[in-house]
Amino acid sequence: MRPFTYERATSVADALRRTAGASREGERTAYLAGGTNLIDHLRLGIRETDRLIDVSHLDLTEVTELEEGGLRIGALARNADVAAHPLVRRTFPVVSAAMLAGASGQLRNMATMGGNLLQRTRCVYFQDLSTPCNKRDPGSGCSAIEGLGTYNALIGTSDSCVAVHPSDLCVALAALDVTVVVEGPLGERRIDFADLHRLPGDRPERDTTLERSELITAIEIAGPGFARRSRYRKLRERASYAFATVSVAAALEVRDGQVADVRIGLGGVSHKPHRALRAEEVLRGGPATHEAYAAAIAVEMEQARPGPDNGYKVTQLRRAVPAVLSALTEETA
Amino acid sequence: MNITVKVDGTSYTDEVEPRTLLVYYLRETLGKTGTVVGCDTSNCGACTVLLDGRSVKSCNVLAVQADGHEVTTIEGLADGETLTPVQEAFRECHALQCGFCTPGMIMQATDLLATNPSPTEDEVRVGMEGNLCRCTGYHNIVKAVLQASGQPASSGGEQA
Ligand SMILES: Cc1cc2nc3c(=O)[nH]c(=O)nc-3n(C[C@H](O)[C@H](O)[C@H](O)COP(=O)(O)OP(=O)(O)OC[C@H]3O[C@@H](n4cnc5c(N)ncnc54)[C@H](O)[C@@H]3O)c2cc1C
Ligand code: SF4
Ligand code: FES
Ligand code: FES
Repeated sequence: MRPFTYERATSVADALRRTAGASREGERTAYLAGGTNLIDHLRLGIRETDRLIDVSHLDLTEVTELEEGGLRIGALARNADVAAHPLVRRTFPVVSAAMLAGASGQLRNMATMGGNLLQRTRCVYFQDLSTPCNKRDPGSGCSAIEGLGTYNALIGTSDSCVAVHPSDLCVALAALDVTVVVEGPLGERRIDFADLHRLPGDRPERDTTLERSELITAIEIAGPGFARRSRYRKLRERASYAFATVSVAAALEVRDGQVADVRIGLGGVSHKPHRALRAEEVLRGGPATHEAYAAAIAVEMEQARPGPDNGYKVTQLRRAVPAVLSALTEETA
Repeated sequence: MNITVKVDGTSYTDEVEPRTLLVYYLRETLGKTGTVVGCDTSNCGACTVLLDGRSVKSCNVLAVQADGHEVTTIEGLADGETLTPVQEAFRECHALQCGFCTPGMIMQATDLLATNPSPTEDEVRVGMEGNLCRCTGYHNIVKAVLQASGQPASSGGEQA
C-alpha cells in the first residue's frame, strides 16, 4: 500500500473543508466510511490517495420516519443495523432482504449505506492491475469485451466498458422511490436514485454523477406504500456468499386479480442498478398471472444485448422475475 | 500517528503508519498471533476479531480506524483456564482439523450468538458464511455453534 495520512472529520462541514483544502494543495483525498471496499482497493493498488478522511464517526447513523410512511436513513448507518431495523423490515422489507443477501456478517458490521451505494464493480479485470481496464486506467482498453464475458452487462454497455454494478442493496433501491441527499461545496443537493449511477458511455471511470468532494449524508425512501409486500431474490454460482450473477427486487400490489401497481429492480444486468420500466408498464392494469409476468420480462429483455458468455443471465431472469412476482401474488391472495 | 486501542482488556498506545492493517498491528506490534491471515481479498474470515463487540475482518480494517475503540481477539475470550461456551463446544464437537480457520470461526460464532442467542441451523450457516474452512465441510462447526447456544445439535450424518 502507498503511504497516506489519516484524519477524522468532526462534522460534514469539516469533511468538506478538509477536502477543499487538500485539493488546493494538489493532494488527492478519499472519504473512508466502513472501508470494506476502499481498503481492499488501496491494498491492491487500484486506488491511491494522499489523505484518507474518515467520516465514519459523523452523526449520520439514524433511521427516522418521514411523512407518509417514508424513511430517512443516515449515510453512515451500518448495513447490519439497517437490515435489522424494525422500521426498515416493516416498511421496505426488500431493502433489508437485499442487504442480508450481500457480503457477510463481518462486512455488514462495518459497511455503511453510503459506501454500499458507491462500491465499485467486481469486474475481474478491474481488480487485476496486470490487465488493461478503462475504468481503472482510462484509455487503456477493456479486457472484458474480448475476454471472459460471463459476468458482463446485458443492457446499456458501451465500447469502453461492459461491467455491472455489484450492490444488492442498490437493486432494491432501484425498485423504490429514493432520493440521495448529498452535501457539497455549494450546499445540499438531492439526487433521484436513478440519476446517481451512470451508464459507462465513453467515461467508464465515472461510476456516478457525484463530484469528488461531495459527501452522501442520507438516503430517503418515500415509497411506494405497497412495498410492504416486496421481495429480493439473488442468483449466484455458489449457494451463499458470492456476488450475484443476476438479482431481482420486486414490490407488487394486486387488486381483483389485476396488477394495480408493480416495481421491479434488476441486478447484474447493467453498469447501474436497473429498473425494469418496460416490464412494469406492460404489467400495470393487466392480469396478475404467471403468464403475464413471463411476457413482461420478455419485453424487458428485448433491449438486452448478450454476448457469447452471458446469455444465461437472460434465461435466469426470465425464470426468476415471474417466480418472484408469483410468490408475491400468492402472499396477497 | 499515535493510536490508543484497548485490546483484550488492556489499553495500548503505539505509533503506527496509517496504512497498517489492524491484523498486522495485533500480530506484529502486540504479538497477538492468535489472529491469523488466510487470504488477501477479505474473503476467508480467518482474521475475524470483535471491534466494539462486533465481528469484523481485521485484514480489511486499518489500525488507525480502531483508535479510541476496543478490540477482542481469540486470545481475550477465555477467562484464565475457563473457556467460553463457544470455545468449549468447538473442542467437544471436533469442529476443527488443521485449526487454521478456528480463531475466526470462534469469533464470528461469538458475534452471531450475541445477536441471535438461539439460531436455527440455517441461521448458523448463513451467519457463518463469511468464514471459509478447507478441512471440515462445516458440519461439525455448525454443530458446535448450535451446542454453544445451548440447543441440542441436530444429530449427525447429514450433508455438510
Ligand atoms: C468479500 C466481500 C464480499 C462482498 N459481497 C457483497 C455482496 O454480495 N453484495 C454487495 O452488495 N456487496 C458486497 N460486498 C461489498 C460491500 O457491500 C461494500 O464493500 C460496502 O457496502 C462498502 O461500504 P463501506 O462503508 O465499507 O465503504 P468504503 O469502503 O468506506 O467506501 C467505498 C467508496 O465510497 C466512498 N464513500 C463512502 N461513504 C461515502 C459517503 N458518505 N459520501 C461519499 N463517498 C463515500 C469512499 O470514498 C469509497 O470510494 C462485499 C465485500 C467484500 C469485501
Ligand atoms: S468491463 Fe469495465 S471494469 Fe471491466 S475491464 Fe472493461 S473497462 Fe474495466
Ligand atoms: S485474512 Fe482477513 S478475510 Fe482472509
Ligand atoms: S480446520 Fe482447516 S481450515 Fe478449517
